[in-house]
Amino acid sequence: MSERIKAVLDPICREVGNDRTSLLDILREVQHRCGGVSGEAVDLIAKRLNIARVEVESVVSFYAFLSDKPNGNVVIRICDDIIDRMHGSETVARAFESELGIQMGQTTEDGKISLTHTPCIGMCDQAPAALIDDVVVTHLSSDTARSIVAELRENPDPTRLVKELGNGNNAHDLVSSMVQNNIRLRGPVLLADFEPGTALKKALSLSPVEVIRNVKTARLRGRGGAGFPTGMKWEFTRATKADKRYIICNADEGEPGTFKDRVLLTEYPDLLFEGMTIGGYAIGAAEGIVYLRGEYAYLRKFLESVLERRREEGLIGKNVCGVEDFEFDIRIQMGAGAYICGEETALISSCEGLRGDPKNRPPFPAQSGYLGYPSSVNNVETLCCAARIMEHGPGWFSSHGTDRSAGTKLLSISGDCKRPGIYEVSLSTSLKEILSLAGAEDAQALQVGGPSGQMVGRQEFDKTICYDDFATGGSMMVFGPQRDLLEVVHAFLEFFVEESCGYCTPCRVGNVLLKQGIEKILDGKGEPADLPYLEELAQTVKMASRCGLGQTSPNPVLSTLKRFRSEYERRVKPALDGRQPDFDLSEAVAQAVSIVGRESTHS
Amino acid sequence: MEKVVTFLLDGEVIQGQEGQSIMQAADKAGKYIPRLCAHKDLTPHGSCRICTVLVNGRPQSACTQPIADGILVESETPKVNQLRTDIIDMLFVEGNHFCMFCEKSGNCELQALAYRFGITAPKYPYQFPQRDVDASHPDIFLDRDRCVLCGRCVRASKELDGKNVFQFVGRGVEKRIAVNSEKGLKDTDADVVDKAISVCPVGAILKKRVGYAVPVGRRLYDHQPIGSASEDETTK
Repeated sequence: MSERIKAVLDPICREVGNDRTSLLDILREVQHRCGGVSGEAVDLIAKRLNIARVEVESVVSFYAFLSDKPNGNVVIRICDDIIDRMHGSETVARAFESELGIQMGQTTEDGKISLTHTPCIGMCDQAPAALIDDVVVTHLSSDTARSIVAELRENPDPTRLVKELGNGNNAHDLVSSMVQNNIRLRGPVLLADFEPGTALKKALSLSPVEVIRNVKTARLRGRGGAGFPTGMKWEFTRATKADKRYIICNADEGEPGTFKDRVLLTEYPDLLFEGMTIGGYAIGAAEGIVYLRGEYAYLRKFLESVLERRREEGLIGKNVCGVEDFEFDIRIQMGAGAYICGEETALISSCEGLRGDPKNRPPFPAQSGYLGYPSSVNNVETLCCAARIMEHGPGWFSSHGTDRSAGTKLLSISGDCKRPGIYEVSLSTSLKEILSLAGAEDAQALQVGGPSGQMVGRQEFDKTICYDDFATGGSMMVFGPQRDLLEVVHAFLEFFVEESCGYCTPCRVGNVLLKQGIEKILDGKGEPADLPYLEELAQTVKMASRCGLGQTSPNPVLSTLKRFRSEYERRVKPALDGRQPDFDLSEAVAQAVSIVGRESTHS
Repeated sequence: MEKVVTFLLDGEVIQGQEGQSIMQAADKAGKYIPRLCAHKDLTPHGSCRICTVLVNGRPQSACTQPIADGILVESETPKVNQLRTDIIDMLFVEGNHFCMFCEKSGNCELQALAYRFGITAPKYPYQFPQRDVDASHPDIFLDRDRCVLCGRCVRASKELDGKNVFQFVGRGVEKRIAVNSEKGLKDTDADVVDKAISVCPVGAILKKRVGYAVPVGRRLYDHQPIGSASEDETTK
């Protein structure tokens, strides 16, 4: 065992009390300090935490931001979602490759710079974008790619790449980011002024049961996309007898095309923390955890400082707001690059320092969640809404939207539109209105709810955003008339193949098969029978998968087969001479032909 | 006294004890629900999804879903069996399964399931993945080509052997079984008598030097399809 590794690792492990549930934190730190988690490091960590080495290896191999092989001193991760591709990310990637003299997935020979792809980093409104270590760079071009490489070669500190600061808190000392908020439309509920403490003090003047009743009266439903009634979730969590309970904020905003939580975290952290504190009070929790996606690490120090300020102001900590016996604090748990961790039970696994595998349900988190304690996992926006309900009352909240879909919704709009960014709209706003707000009247399709949602065409643009029509976490990707929708479907399937945890068969294998089926059609080798084949396969994956990822990953295929069937039909052709269309006879006999030395008489 | 729970399985009234899974209650009643990752001595895993049933119309894995009064469970229906067939097909194309050369042939649960469901050739394209074989151990083979990622070995090693020989690494289609040593099985505390070795439903973990010991005709599934044993018990 090399002494150098020991010298780095031991303090990291000691810092967290050699606690197995802190394994992800340990690995993130080792990755950061050593550029990778070597076999030797795995052995030592296993020894310190008193677990099997293969358990450590298992976690390292799960998260995209951890690697067993050493990365360069600086890692460039180019965002590879469909929106970034539409804005030229592939050209940018080629420029980085040629400037660095390496391919995607490689490290320069001097060990200084690694180059790779990463799925959506939540910057579709300022694409193409990339992560350089934790630093976000946006609006990239081939030129900026070249200058970035030149600067990094001169000085490897990526923070120096930020020349102009973004607006709002992006310019805060502790953020210092070039990210822009792009708030295009403010509504009355979320993107309005907030005085820290106002919502919390009102909540604490009520009993926890009354708080829950108010959230129920307001008819708040989860904003992550699933739409489960928040008050009920809190009630169930409170009802489970336990010594401890947890409220967990899902800030693992990973659905491609969504970036609204980024803006809430940047501009409304007090509103969020207040919502968590209110939730903690309501369910009887003393601890809250913000699970922050690894891609948003640039916001961490700022968020920590807001928490510290709230501690000083008595808004979290012991006797919150002077209420005796109500102790509540919040910590931030960093993710490490895994879309699946946005699934609530996978998120809990990740908080426990495990692979981000979803858990079997039942038990539900409200019965047995984080470390076996009852836990409520709520989306960033949901918790912000909860704070507003306390601030202004449930009647005020439910006066917005409709009976079954109360309040407003934040939308992240990107793609082929003139004004990409964040919009706060009333629930039940029509897709047509949304497209006109964003300057995308000529859209041929709108992807509602990200890849796991629905691709919708013009004939349905009169439908609305609400829990009864198109329920959505808020990702809205616009595709103009020039886009090939099957290419879009393919990109979405690539994403799901990459992000499936692999736990269950239908999702692990089925998504690969779906992707191959689309590739066959894109290659011009499709036949009419491929359409029912894809439909049946997609249904199997949807029905048999264990969690929300596999239950929704076939949606790109199913929704386009339903609404854009002609995109498929125009590409498939009946097989000739009873052969499969992808069978090339001359290619099949090529080797024989070369041996025999004369052309086949059959081709 | 444990509470009796009554529910319907394919139209038949089944009584079980509160806390049982649908699979446990069905087994007790002599009704076989096809399965692969589930094993009676191990914590349910819910990963292969072959035991998928419809509970009040919603798909659930029978091995993890608890029984409840009045639920309607559909198992032996064309729709559910089609899902199962598709999943078995997926497992065949995902790995490298050559039944005709495999020592496990005739005793293999994946092969037996295929026979039960009448699968002669999978409808999905073969993936032919590149997978590593670990033959380092003196008494045990680990051939990942045949692994179906059911996790029985992972659980058995922990729960029955009190060891930690196996674990999953990677994710998605790259997910594999790994062993607790960089140098392979030989450097772990795996022993040929471990339960983790014998619970493998397929030919991924095999004991060395005992291949083809049972002649064709006398193997586990040569005459009766998988699931027959428990079905027989009801008729006794």
